Amino acid sequence: MSSDLYGERIKELAGAGSHRLHDADASARLDNPLCGDTIVVDVMMADGKVAEVGHGVKGCLLCKAAAAIASHQAPGMDHAAATRMLEQVSALLKSRAGPEFPDLAVFVPVRPHKSRHDCVLLPFKALVKAIPAA
Amino acid sequence: MSQTIRDAFPVLTRPGFHYLDSAAMAQVPGIVVEAVAAHDRTARSNVRRGLHELARRADEAYDGARATVARFLNATPDEIVFTGGCTLALNMVARGLAKDLGPGDQVVVSRLDHHSACLPWMELRDEKGFELRWLPVTPEGRLDLSDLASVITPACKVVSVPHASNVTGAVSDLAKLAEAAHACGAKLVVDGAQMVPHGRVDPRALGADFYAFAGHKAYGPTGIGVLWGRAELLAGLAPLLVGGGMVGSVSEDGFTWAEPPHRFEAGTPPVAQAVGLAVALDWLSGLDQAALHQQEMALTWHLLDGLWAMEGVRVIGPMGLEARVPVVSFTVEGAHPHDLAHLLAERGVAVRGGAHCARPLMLALGLEEGTVRASLAAYSDRADVDITLAALAEAIKVLR
Repeated sequence: MSSDLYGERIKELAGAGSHRLHDADASARLDNPLCGDTIVVDVMMADGKVAEVGHGVKGCLLCKAAAAIASHQAPGMDHAAATRMLEQVSALLKSRAGPEFPDLAVFVPVRPHKSRHDCVLLPFKALVKAIPAA
Repeated sequence: MSQTIRDAFPVLTRPGFHYLDSAAMAQVPGIVVEAVAAHDRTARSNVRRGLHELARRADEAYDGARATVARFLNATPDEIVFTGGCTLALNMVARGLAKDLGPGDQVVVSRLDHHSACLPWMELRDEKGFELRWLPVTPEGRLDLSDLASVITPACKVVSVPHASNVTGAVSDLAKLAEAAHACGAKLVVDGAQMVPHGRVDPRALGADFYAFAGHKAYGPTGIGVLWGRAELLAGLAPLLVGGGMVGSVSEDGFTWAEPPHRFEAGTPPVAQAVGLAVALDWLSGLDQAALHQQEMALTWHLLDGLWAMEGVRVIGPMGLEARVPVVSFTVEGAHPHDLAHLLAERGVAVRGGAHCARPLMLALGLEEGTVRASLAAYSDRADVDITLAALAEAIKVLR
């Protein structure tokens, strides 16, 4: 039963836990009104790039796993880089593009499940929203 | 009984398919599909406008559909307004009634409301400045009527409640609500979307002033809903939309409204959908109503019993069968409703996971991640429930 989608790696990522930044320079909250997923991403910035990131997520396993990956990748990114990452994830899900970095491969089984794409994309969108544009 | 009913629904012949998402959209009997197609083949025309043969047939079919809905609701045809859906019907009532509301007035909605019922009033509160009050819910997911007098006061002009909850399945005590509302001179608006699919309803006898439901939840087509209103109240209600078909007279200086129900049917109405809905309601009315209720409740109990036996499962809603429809929500400790719904779907079981357009209720019950909802209908059978419970047990194993 859906061993691909709910494999050990997804569960491991989703179970990694999360923490918020209390002294963040910027935060962004996004909701998926259809499924109820909610995420808040906090960033501390240095020279226009993410120095530290935190997040809080109430959502499904896919959303939690995506939030963990987004947070792992975020340090060093500016707004443009985060936007590129969002585009990469979107392309992976919607255009069958290959994973641009290894962790993204975990979402390949989500491709045929269009109604779950937003669960994966929400944290990446929130990261883009949280990072101030140059 | 259930096998005979199932045979009427072509989609249910798919092997390994178990549909428990009827509260979102009921499946449609083949005779409804055929009726809509036959109408478009033989009587497709606008209504109340043409003099040709197809126009005459369309008029007869549309008027006939209105008469059928009236019979279903024990009402008269002039009290039946066809709308694009239940949401539109509830918005029409809210806009119409709010025309005369302002600061100092109160409107009461409930924590059990679907967004379609409470959001129109929330928006109007901001526009008109009246006070919006919320009827609370009990931990069991029923409307809490224990202190009704403190919520519904003489300043109250409208009380809006669901007949049955789309989340907990609880059926509201409309008689008590109507008594409280009418004692204050308020109108009782009822969202009947989750009640009508389970048998004939008599809104007037229940004390309602306005009653709305959707076709697609009542074995009918999409894009059709019904607003019933007491004739004397519809006569004083302003229309939400203006345009063709709803006018009395028109000049450069202005226009007058047509009489109900046409006043509320601006533009080309959903004619074929109305015909389909009428066939659906006739089909539903033709079932033995007591036997249908007994069958739905027996399956509900079987489902509840299975859920109670599962570790970490919490049923959200009434614990018994009294005053409820076969809509069962639950949560599973450590598993998100969407993940569960996804895994059930992979076993051919269709349920719904999420907040079910009922955020105020989710907040009241502390269910930020929503629930899984299994909703039964006339065509549900024991295998649907057994396989749902088995699939749920497997899904929980996958997620833990």
